[in-house]
Amino acid sequence: MTLNRIISSRGAKPSMFLICLLPALVLGWRAWSQDLGANPIEYITHSTGDWTLRLLLITLTVTPMRSVLQLPQLIRFRRMLGLFAFFYGCLHFLTYVWLDKFFDTKDILRDIGKRPFVTIGFASLMLMAPLAVTSTASWIRRLGGRRWQLLHRLIYFSGLAGVIHYHWLVKSDIRLPALYGTLLFLLLAYRLFVFAAKWRERHRRRVSELQPQPT
Amino acid sequence: MDQSHAAQKKSGTSVFFGDAQGRLLEPSPFFRERARRARFRDWRFLWWDKTERVKSPFSTTEKPTPFQDVTSYNNFYEFGTAKSDPAHNAKRFRSDRWAVSIEGAVAKPRVLDLDLLKTAPLEERIYRHQCVEGWSIVVPWIGFPRSALINLANPTSSAKYVAFQSLYDAKQMPDARDAGIPFPYLEGLRMAEALHPLALLCFGLYGEVLNQNGAPTRLVTPWKYGFKSIKSIARMRFVEKQPPTTWSLAVPSVYGFYWNVNPEVDPLRSQATERRLGDFFKRKTLKFNGYAEQVATLYDGMDLRENV
Repeated sequence: MTLNRIISSRGAKPSMFLICLLPALVLGWRAWSQDLGANPIEYITHSTGDWTLRLLLITLTVTPMRSVLQLPQLIRFRRMLGLFAFFYGCLHFLTYVWLDKFFDTKDILRDIGKRPFVTIGFASLMLMAPLAVTSTASWIRRLGGRRWQLLHRLIYFSGLAGVIHYHWLVKSDIRLPALYGTLLFLLLAYRLFVFAAKWRERHRRRVSELQPQPT
Repeated sequence: MDQSHAAQKKSGTSVFFGDAQGRLLEPSPFFRERARRARFRDWRFLWWDKTERVKSPFSTTEKPTPFQDVTSYNNFYEFGTAKSDPAHNAKRFRSDRWAVSIEGAVAKPRVLDLDLLKTAPLEERIYRHQCVEGWSIVVPWIGFPRSALINLANPTSSAKYVAFQSLYDAKQMPDARDAGIPFPYLEGLRMAEALHPLALLCFGLYGEVLNQNGAPTRLVTPWKYGFKSIKSIARMRFVEKQPPTTWSLAVPSVYGFYWNVNPEVDPLRSQATERRLGDFFKRKTLKFNGYAEQVATLYDGMDLRENV
């Protein structure tokens, strides 16, 4: 298949890298040309937050896309996409800590404790951190495939926390958080569906093993 | 007159820019663009001119936020919930008739319209304006004291509150459906607040006629958060009981009736600091947005932590 060939080509990963970097580059360019609107800090906060959530959801679409579109080679991008989600998440957090609060630790801690939407946003980022750390091949070896996979299921909860963070911070217009929430629901429902199918299959096999075998 | 007509035809400007003596005024580029978009049919251009306004002693000496920022960063949910939406979506907004219906406990219910406005002593007032979201601006508003209007309305002694209702035209405001709050927008003030000399009925800013900042006319109460200053007023009702307000109906746990600027009260988010648009560092928010000297007595004996 052509698509599979393109995905497996040598230039695919660098190209994807540049595509993922594009929102940051655009933001940088707009900052440089003073084109961030009347409230630049809010613009940067929203933009980096949006891209964190978008990339998180895109990362979660890799697995379903691989089997639905029969493009197993898509796995090549998964780690990069996930790391970029974490990267934008860090930029988002840095914007908050540096540009918005200007390292006012007391105020930040109070915010994390008192404002539920800040608390859950922070939780979402913290859930991503161990995944970013253990994203290397050596960490997969060290943990063992099964345990590594189990750990990386944390991304489901990170995504969930991210969507709730967005939903809690908007004042009344919930269209976008609802859209992201729906997408997340579909992506998680797919996994549940696959898990259930596998479980049924295993159950069926076990039952058939228990049947008295004709000798 | 013939000459000016010829000049208008040639330059493409309109008769609407003439002043009372029929002299042609040179419109600013912004004004010309607005008029072009409105295809000269907008009533607001009939009477508005850019003559010098009376300066007010209530004006702050702080530097006004640039016109571009004040008109491109707006919370006007009827035209979309993103800050940049109203500037875009309200471009063609036309409110054919300026008319505010005065109802309730008044000597005589009436509709105040353009004729009144022509005689109104418009003045310029440079006010600090703060949003509950943690940003603030300084705006040279143009309008006249609300108390003047209330005196015109002649309320009876049973009037304890003023309830406001906004103009809601679903055809011209299609984005309002997705805003998540019901329209028309409702707001209210206690009589003493509405009569306070700082309360302004506003028609323009920066010398220009209002548009995405709340056309055709809005309220400005600088000591309260911005959402209390209702935009696009269509009805004013004088009532005895505290009227419902849109945000307090939508999120009763957070929004109360008064919502004076108060750094100590923060059910929504920290209100201790604000960012003046254009500044990098935040500044400490002042009680009553710095207007404590004028308005604090309105709330004597009230616990403002309770009466949010």
